[in-house]
Amino acid sequence: MSQASGPLLAVDGVSVRFGALVALNRVSLEIRRGEVLAIIGPNGAGKTTLLNVVSGFYHPYEGRILYEGKDRTWLRPYDVAALGIARTFQNVALFKGMTVLDNVMTGRVLKMGGSFLQDVLYWGPAKRQEIEHRAFVERIIDFLEIQAIRKTPAGRLPYGLQKRVELARALAAEPTLLLLDEPMAGMNVEEKEDMCRFVLDVNAEFGTTIALIEHDMSVVMDISDRVVALDYGRKIADGPPAAVRKDQAVIDAYLGVAHDSTGGGLDGPLRNLPQGVAAAKPPLERR
Amino acid sequence: MIYREAGQFKTTYAADQAIFPVVQDRWVVVAAVVAAAVAVPLVATEYWLQAVLIPLLIYSLAAIGLNLLTGYAGQLSLGTGGFMAVGAYAAFKITTAFPAVNILVVFLLAGIVAAAVGLVFGIPSLRIKGFYLAVATLAAQFFLIWLFNRVAWFSNYAPSGTITAPPRTVFGVMVTGPDASAGARYLMALGFVVLFAVLAKNLVRGRIGRSWMAIRDRDIAAEIIGIRPLRTKLLAFGISSFYCGVAGAELVFLYYGSAETFAFDIALSFLVLFMVIIGGLGSILGSFLGAAFIMVVPIFLANAPHMLGVAMSTALQKQIELMIFGGLIIFFLIVEPHGLARLWQITKEKLRLWPFPH
Amino acid sequence: MILDVLHAILVAPFKDMVGAPGFLAEVLIGGVASGLMYSLVALGFVLIFKASGVFNFAQGALVLFAALTLVGLMERGVPTIVALGLTAGVMVVLALAIERVVLRPLVNQEHIILFMATIGLNFFLEGFGEMLWGANVKKLDVGIPQGSFKLGEILVNQLELTAALTAAVLVTVLAVFFHGTRIGRALRAVADDHEAALSIGIPLKTIWVIVWAVSGIVALVAGIMWGANSGVQFSLSLIALKALPVLILGGFESVPGAIVGGLIIGVGEKMGEVYWGPLVGGAIENWFAYVLALVFLLFRPQGLFGEKIIERV
Repeated sequence: MSQASGPLLAVDGVSVRFGALVALNRVSLEIRRGEVLAIIGPNGAGKTTLLNVVSGFYHPYEGRILYEGKDRTWLRPYDVAALGIARTFQNVALFKGMTVLDNVMTGRVLKMGGSFLQDVLYWGPAKRQEIEHRAFVERIIDFLEIQAIRKTPAGRLPYGLQKRVELARALAAEPTLLLLDEPMAGMNVEEKEDMCRFVLDVNAEFGTTIALIEHDMSVVMDISDRVVALDYGRKIADGPPAAVRKDQAVIDAYLGVAHDSTGGGLDGPLRNLPQGVAAAKPPLERR
Repeated sequence: MIYREAGQFKTTYAADQAIFPVVQDRWVVVAAVVAAAVAVPLVATEYWLQAVLIPLLIYSLAAIGLNLLTGYAGQLSLGTGGFMAVGAYAAFKITTAFPAVNILVVFLLAGIVAAAVGLVFGIPSLRIKGFYLAVATLAAQFFLIWLFNRVAWFSNYAPSGTITAPPRTVFGVMVTGPDASAGARYLMALGFVVLFAVLAKNLVRGRIGRSWMAIRDRDIAAEIIGIRPLRTKLLAFGISSFYCGVAGAELVFLYYGSAETFAFDIALSFLVLFMVIIGGLGSILGSFLGAAFIMVVPIFLANAPHMLGVAMSTALQKQIELMIFGGLIIFFLIVEPHGLARLWQITKEKLRLWPFPH
Repeated sequence: MILDVLHAILVAPFKDMVGAPGFLAEVLIGGVASGLMYSLVALGFVLIFKASGVFNFAQGALVLFAALTLVGLMERGVPTIVALGLTAGVMVVLALAIERVVLRPLVNQEHIILFMATIGLNFFLEGFGEMLWGANVKKLDVGIPQGSFKLGEILVNQLELTAALTAAVLVTVLAVFFHGTRIGRALRAVADDHEAALSIGIPLKTIWVIVWAVSGIVALVAGIMWGANSGVQFSLSLIALKALPVLILGGFESVPGAIVGGLIIGVGEKMGEVYWGPLVGGAIENWFAYVLALVFLLFRPQGLFGEKIIERV
């Protein structure tokens, strides 16, 4: 199986436990190169735990994680990052004491080699490298339209901007696989549109494979190629968005009981909510 | 209005990332350093040099060291006194064993020894965090002091464990020992602290400083981004101990002349920690401000009652000193946890507009 | 040569122990006693940490201040019982002041900031106490029986026995308080999350005053024991530093842990000093406790009784 043909990331029968609590129960899924995969599920389903185990922050009780065909189950988080996997966090883990610029520059740490002596003298190669990385980071800042706040300490930003800075920091690492944990949480419609646009741009322009945890169904329907649904630590559905939204197991998981008979799926109870992105506007164009 | 940045546009990233991006800052600091190097030795009295300026420079260096570890890398350390002792005793042993080696080199070597010891005591920091780490550093502090007390080899079998700085010269000028002039010692301390302050600033504005601050702010996220925690923390311990080691050597060689282990006990660790907290955690300038502040208060207390015509015993003085230090720590933590450095920054911001209200 | 060293470290001390069991018993009892003294101080820490999440570095200064006040009052002719009551009152007032001036303004800051504030408080109280009552060593006599008696072959010190009994009583009372009463539960909620506790209506300020006052009383008891043992002096506040390894072993939040940790440190220190100390020139009591704690932390960062720390991202 050559690297190019197989999935980028394969999670194979992974279980994660915290004492007696089983957070993930024999979950298997694939993330294919170049796709946008959405991970959905009610709260407590284990979605963040899944990302954490891929990041190397937790290690599974059983099962394997294969990246580009090779077993990567027991790597430490910094080695996982070195593979080209970057992520954002559910509760925004920015470095509050540093400016936005420094936060994003930190994202680039794996690309910065250099010797200690040169760093101390800030001379020659160290200085040149710092400038080069700064230039790259500025391009990302332009891309995400956060120029105005680049010198603001990250702790002082409103939530929506913090999320965007976190995305910038993840992008600074030039990742092959980008894991986003609820990147649009707490955002209004316009902010969500912007974020969707950024996510799709990153996928289209840089070819980055993206897996995102998301609760907003309209976003999921719009931008994802495939959807995986989790519930109580188990995978309950896996397939194209249209199929998953009609999947009975998924509906039950979210709604608990039988839905009404007006065509079923997630259109039912949600049709009375303010018409969001999905209903009011056509799906965002993919280039 | 006086402190105007208007019209200063940065056209290159290099300019933006300079140590002093605002031109006025640069001129003021350069002028201050030149004045310190040239004017002060000519003008200052022996008392001022000996009792105030030299210890100020030495404590500033130690404060920078602790600030790198605790302020930037977020690793709370109560072992500063111990690491300074390592530097002092290492310098003593090296220079008494190899008298021909230049004292400047001796200080650097002593720093390296202190760095190595710091690395060893920093290893637990991977598993241990926060207060627990502070207690682990206490182990370093008490153990090291006991070691220098017990093992007579360290003080070359001197009767009371005292180490005395032997006379040494640099470029023909006597800088240590009883014949060294206060001016010479002052210049040496000044040279070291300016050099190391610049190096420290280079470190913290680059990738190493960012890694430290990342570990300080969110160590888990930092690890997931790719920063290796053990390496980063050990580097902080090593460099910080280097600075403290050199400061410790300076303390004996350039200030006290001779000292016992008592000079490096837990009280010194707290003193330097106070300097760093009051001056500002995570600020090189703050290290200087904090050291200056801590030096000024006892002098003020010693002289103010005189000037006010009130008699105060030394014991009472010491007690009020403790109360003022303690009270000020609490005050700063409430009002401005980022210390004098932040207050200074705010003042500069106000100066940009002064005399206009907004 | 190496064999000699190994023999001296691993074999000879144990032979000494077995060879003189009466002496061993005395050393053990001495260790238990000093361990319990440490525990008394550590209890104060645990109370405050358990109830407010604050690591009170000033606990030693509280012990010193309580002892100084008590002795100061007694020296001025105040009868013992009255002096005890007055000192208890002073500690309550002090708790109120600390809450108002130090804790309330820092309510939502990170723990490390609060910790540093207590370092400042520590120094303030030391200076203040000395200023009020003078810096010379004082003798403290509250009527606790001094002297010793023999139990079979073993010499038992009455003061240490009293300290042990007091500690036992205190621990039981506090354990019941925390787990059996409503206030105890509220305290535990506050320790977990100040803001959350506030939001469900727990009166934070009152709770903190209660906790610091109780801790002050515990400090008073500790101060009495230590003061009667070795006189009331400045170095009493350094005892607090010794309590830190106790807390590490026992966990910061466990009342029984403070006792167990204290015992381990007390016994370990004494035994280490008596049986291994001579090998390296003595005085290893200065650092033994800390190194023991350090080694312990490497294997079990949360202490004996602490909860395993599960980090979340």
